[in-house]
Amino acid sequence: MTDLFDLSVLETLQALRQGQASSRELTQAYLTRIDGRQALNAFITLTPEKALTQADAADRRLAAWRRSPDGELPALLGLPMAIKDVLCVEGVRCTCGSRILETFVPPFSATAVERLLAAGIVILGKTNTDEYAMGSSTENSAYGVTHNPWNWEHVPGGSSGGSAAAVAARLAPASLGTDTGGSVRQPASFCGVTGIKPTYGRVSRYGLVAYGSSLDSIGVLAHSAADAAPIFQIMAGPDPLDATSMDLPVPALNLDRPADLKGLRVGVPQEYFIAGIQPEVEAAVRQAIQVYADLGAEIKTISLPYTDYAVPVYYIIAPAEASANLARFDGVRYGPRVSGEAMWDIFYQTRGQKFGSEVKRRIMLGTYALSAGYYDAYYGQAQKARTLIKRDFEAAFEQVDVIAAPVAPTTAFKIGDHTGDPLAMYLEDVFTLPANLAGVPGLAFPVGFDTQGLPIGMQLMGPHFREDLLFQAAHAYQQATDWHTRRPADN
Amino acid sequence: MRLTIAEVEHIAELARLELTAEEKEHYAEQLSAVLDYAVRLQSLDTRGIPPTASVLPARSALRPDVARPGLPVEVLMAGAPDAEANQFRVPPVLDEP
Repeated sequence: MTDLFDLSVLETLQALRQGQASSRELTQAYLTRIDGRQALNAFITLTPEKALTQADAADRRLAAWRRSPDGELPALLGLPMAIKDVLCVEGVRCTCGSRILETFVPPFSATAVERLLAAGIVILGKTNTDEYAMGSSTENSAYGVTHNPWNWEHVPGGSSGGSAAAVAARLAPASLGTDTGGSVRQPASFCGVTGIKPTYGRVSRYGLVAYGSSLDSIGVLAHSAADAAPIFQIMAGPDPLDATSMDLPVPALNLDRPADLKGLRVGVPQEYFIAGIQPEVEAAVRQAIQVYADLGAEIKTISLPYTDYAVPVYYIIAPAEASANLARFDGVRYGPRVSGEAMWDIFYQTRGQKFGSEVKRRIMLGTYALSAGYYDAYYGQAQKARTLIKRDFEAAFEQVDVIAAPVAPTTAFKIGDHTGDPLAMYLEDVFTLPANLAGVPGLAFPVGFDTQGLPIGMQLMGPHFREDLLFQAAHAYQQATDWHTRRPADN
Repeated sequence: MRLTIAEVEHIAELARLELTAEEKEHYAEQLSAVLDYAVRLQSLDTRGIPPTASVLPARSALRPDVARPGLPVEVLMAGAPDAEANQFRVPPVLDEP
């Protein structure tokens, strides 16, 4: 048998059911592997004891089932996973990559996590993230940068960089991330893994520490669409604890059938192939689109004319929402406190000293955009422009079923390359922000490598609540190609 | 457009952030760069375009008006940096009379 950490999610689940491996063996194999690769810095907090307890519980259930295999087993029973450290797991420290939550232990779990635990997962630990998910490289984490497993001098992308690096380096078969402006898709692309950002409202945000509440979504990172699909399905669906989670059926994904893409209309937006895009990225994405043509899809050039406004719209709206959401971190109710003589001093000093520089930058940007005299010019205008971006997608989906585009203009940049220039870092998000502003789902997956050996990703975007189309199309591509099976050298 | 140090201080006060002199300099420069970039939004014709606050269809999410158990007070207080008798303890809010 190959190494346990080489198995896909589906193979892992099968091996557990057939008794070829126990969840304890599997969990221990991952914990040992993580321990040997601490320098990658994919995790902020590890939970080995809890993980082994969960694994033993899964093993007891599996053993009983093997003795009398009647009835359904929980879908993910015994599967180890890593969770981004902005999602609450009861009893496990949740830092959000910030010093201001260094000591925060949530007394409840996020709904998405709760559903996965009920489905039998084993939680290995909490993965590194840019502070409060604000960033595209994990360089904004108070707990140090995560390295890209393909080349340690490069960033893994962000903000779910720890979750992407953990999957790429085979420290977990799958992980949870969150995507407010590309934070699942861009690190998936930079690390050569598959990542789904669901439709806004598809997965409950309860227990996700809020950044941009009208944009935040919880997604899955794994080696393939087929691996991510069963995890997405467990998380999806309405939750009474999140009024924005939609009461819609979650369609079956049917990835076990041979995919038929005949007649699928794939739109290629001209605004996503701009000057400044790395030529190798464009070439790989165009080649992947040709694969779709070869599989019987109909390729159409389309236009999303307001794409260029996504960066300024996002960097007004998201910071505005963040400035309101992060008001609750004041050193009074949880986390560390910097003491002062008066209560106001606690607020100023705790927030001033414990928030990192990017978080303070965005809080101030948002505060400014919402302040008297500037609200209409910035926030109000950005909300109207957001409508235009949303309409771009509505018009496009009249003509095509899915949209194919690069995830980022470049492959993973070097650690330190953009840290001095926030605007340059924001411009990196140009291709991922529109999906969040429009609320549509996006699925990123590897479609090649550049000459430095760094992965290149493509994303498919679909109409609201049509993740099924994205999964089927990505799965068809992955059946026809093998980019998603490449792994970085093991060091 | 360049934000002045006084403007940065005003924003920081609204946001309850204590900043060092060096941070104020940095933020004056960096926030100005981002706001300059965002100026392109002003040239967009949005007359008659409604704002988008949520991408979801407008609707009311209702739940049955039934009391549910919450988390125990002790559990919620466990993370407090300073507490006494199940209350958060802070320094005086008002000046001494």
